[in-house]
Amino acid sequence: MKLGRRRKSEDLKINMTAMIDIVFQLLIFFILTFKVAALEGDFEVKMPLASTNPSSMDEVLPTVIHVGLTAGVNRDIASIEIDDGTQALTFTQSDMFQQLTGFVESVVAREGDPSMASEVEVEFDIADELRYRFTVKAIEAVSGRVLPDGTVKKLVNKIKFTQPQE
Amino acid sequence: MKFKKSNSELLEPDLTPMIDMTFNLIAFFMFTINFADAERIEQIMLPKSSLAKPPEGIAEYQVILNLDQDGSVWLDGQRIEKIELINPLLVREVRAAEREGIAPSRISVIVRAHEDTQSGKVQKLIQQCQQNELEKFLLRVKEDR
Repeated sequence: MKLGRRRKSEDLKINMTAMIDIVFQLLIFFILTFKVAALEGDFEVKMPLASTNPSSMDEVLPTVIHVGLTAGVNRDIASIEIDDGTQALTFTQSDMFQQLTGFVESVVAREGDPSMASEVEVEFDIADELRYRFTVKAIEAVSGRVLPDGTVKKLVNKIKFTQPQE
Repeated sequence: MKFKKSNSELLEPDLTPMIDMTFNLIAFFMFTINFADAERIEQIMLPKSSLAKPPEGIAEYQVILNLDQDGSVWLDGQRIEKIELINPLLVREVRAAEREGIAPSRISVIVRAHEDTQSGKVQKLIQQCQQNELEKFLLRVKEDR
């Protein structure tokens, strides 16, 4: 028995031209808008406005390290002044940021485990005209230290700024 | 003279592998496109740091403030010449977050400041934000590894 006529294969062909056109246009758009972005990171700073409520008597007050950054020639950093209540130091050498890290590290070690004892806090007093890159460098210096094996030793995570000078 | 008739079917190339490759490329570019780049202002050169943490996920609500070298602030593609004039825009952002049930203290303020801008201007910008009860600041830097 003969079952109908054999279908012609040519009838099944789809015209792909329009689709290929669109696909190439999309491809060109994505290639032209593609950008290799530099990796970015953050320094978290929690800074509420000064509270007006008096703190309770039981509350353990944190150790505050006051760090002053002064600007010199060409708005570059001139010195770092540190005061933690027991001693005051001024660093002016080129390795001042390493010295700052060393100082903060000694204070944190003196205070013991931050989760058990009162936490260490750093308050920055920054010269208005100082280039922002030095402020970030100072924040980096108090935040932690990269150990020789590549791991990071965390130091202080409570950072605040004094009110800007006018 | 009699010419041999050419068979037109032989001239059709097989487009399947090319279309496959093209679709793969499109899928790659679609997945890697980053719309967050729209918030980045190109002329801002961020300071470098090796200790900064990469952003952890997306914040509940974030406000990105770009501060360029001459002290102008960019927010939502809008340029504000003086930091003092940013207050209405911050109020708008805080209200928008509150409508979504997010308190101002939970809003992340991302500060993208140029490395050579005056530190005092960054502090002033933070102070403006504090006046609107914003307290969580993320100082953005370029990772230097």
